[in-house]
Amino acid sequence: MMAIFWGIISGIVLVLFVFTIRLLVVVRTGSECKPGKKGSVSMLVVGGSGGHTTEVLRLVERLSQAYSPRHYVIADTDIMSEDKIRTLETLKNETYADPKFTIHRIPRSREVRQSWSSSVLTTLNALLFSIPLVFRLKPDVVLCNGPGTCVPLCVAGLFLGALGVKKVLIIYVESICRVENLSLSGKILYRLSDYFFVQWSTLKDKYPRSIYIGRLV
Amino acid sequence: MKTVFVTVGTTSFDELIECVTSEEATQVLSALGYEKLVLQVGRGSVVPDAGSFAGLQVDVFRFKGSIAEDMRDADLVISHAGAGSCLEALGARRPLLVVVNDRLMDNHQLELAKQLHSDSHLLYCTCSTLTQTLRTMDLSVLAPFLPGRPQNFATFLDQALGLH
Repeated sequence: MMAIFWGIISGIVLVLFVFTIRLLVVVRTGSECKPGKKGSVSMLVVGGSGGHTTEVLRLVERLSQAYSPRHYVIADTDIMSEDKIRTLETLKNETYADPKFTIHRIPRSREVRQSWSSSVLTTLNALLFSIPLVFRLKPDVVLCNGPGTCVPLCVAGLFLGALGVKKVLIIYVESICRVENLSLSGKILYRLSDYFFVQWSTLKDKYPRSIYIGRLV
Repeated sequence: MKTVFVTVGTTSFDELIECVTSEEATQVLSALGYEKLVLQVGRGSVVPDAGSFAGLQVDVFRFKGSIAEDMRDADLVISHAGAGSCLEALGARRPLLVVVNDRLMDNHQLELAKQLHSDSHLLYCTCSTLTQTLRTMDLSVLAPFLPGRPQNFATFLDQALGLH
C-alpha cells in the first residue's frame, strides 16, 4: 500500500520536475526563436480597459503586414476595446490588401480593487478559458502590456512551449503609466517574458533584465 | 473664445468641480482673460448649472464618445491625475494643470503625473492650492511633450524575430 502511495508521489514529483525544467528551458531560449524567418508572425494581442487597449494598439499600428494574422483577446466585461480594435483594423485594411484579424473574449481574471484571494480563483477560471484558446490559435508571439487578462494567456503560451507543442514568444511592454514600480502583471511576467520592455529609465535601473529603448507610446 | 477645459475622466472628482467653480477660482480665471469654462464631470454628484457666472460661460457634460475636440478647443486643461487624460492633453499640446486628489492614497496613476511634472510637462496642485496656483502660474515654463516612438519598437521586434 505504502509502496503504491510513494510510487504515485514520486511520479507526480518527477512529472512536475521535468515540466519545470522544460519551462525553464523554454523561457531561456526565447532569443534563439525566430518565427519571422518563415515570412510572417502570427500574434495574440491582449487588450484591456483603463488605457491598455489604446496603448497596445499604438504599438500594433506600427507593425508591418508581416505580423499577421492578429488575434485580439479582451475580457468579456470590456465594452470599449472592441470598437478601438475595429477602428485600427479598418485603418490597416486601407493600407494593406489582406489583413487578417479575429477578436476573442475570455472571463476577466481580475477586476480593479479585487482582493488577492479571490483574484487567484478568477485568474484560474480565466486560465481554463485561455489554455484551449491559445492551443487552438497557436500564435508565434503574445503581445501584452499588463491588463489582468494577460497573465493567464501568457501562462497558457508557456504551457504550449513546455509541452513541446510550440514555442510562443512572450513580448511584454510595461504601460507608460508605470514609472517607478512594475504593475502586478509586470512583476509576475518579468522573468517569464522573452522580451520585457519598460518605458522609463528608472524602471530599467530597477529591473536590469528589461529592455529600454525610450518611450514607445 | 479663451477656454478652460476641466476633465475628471471616467471616475468622479466632486472636490475639483466644486473648487474650480468657486467664486474665488472663477474670478481668477476671468481676470486671466478666460471666457469659457467647460466641465466634464463624469460620475460625479456635483453638477453645476450651465450658464454664466463671474463673466464665464459655463458648459457641463458627464461623458462623451471623444473629448478630443474639447481638448483641441481649450487654451488650458485642468485635469485629474489619470494617465489617459494627462497623455491626451499633452498629446494635443495643451497647457495642463493636474489637480491631485489627495483623498486617493497610493494611486498608481500619480506616478506618471509626478514624472511628467518633474520633466516640466505639466503643472501640479491640489484642490486647496488650485486658486493660488491659477493666480501665479506661468504656462510658458512648460516643455512640449514629444510623442513616443512606436517605430523603435517595430524595428526592434523585426530584428529580434528575424523578419529581415
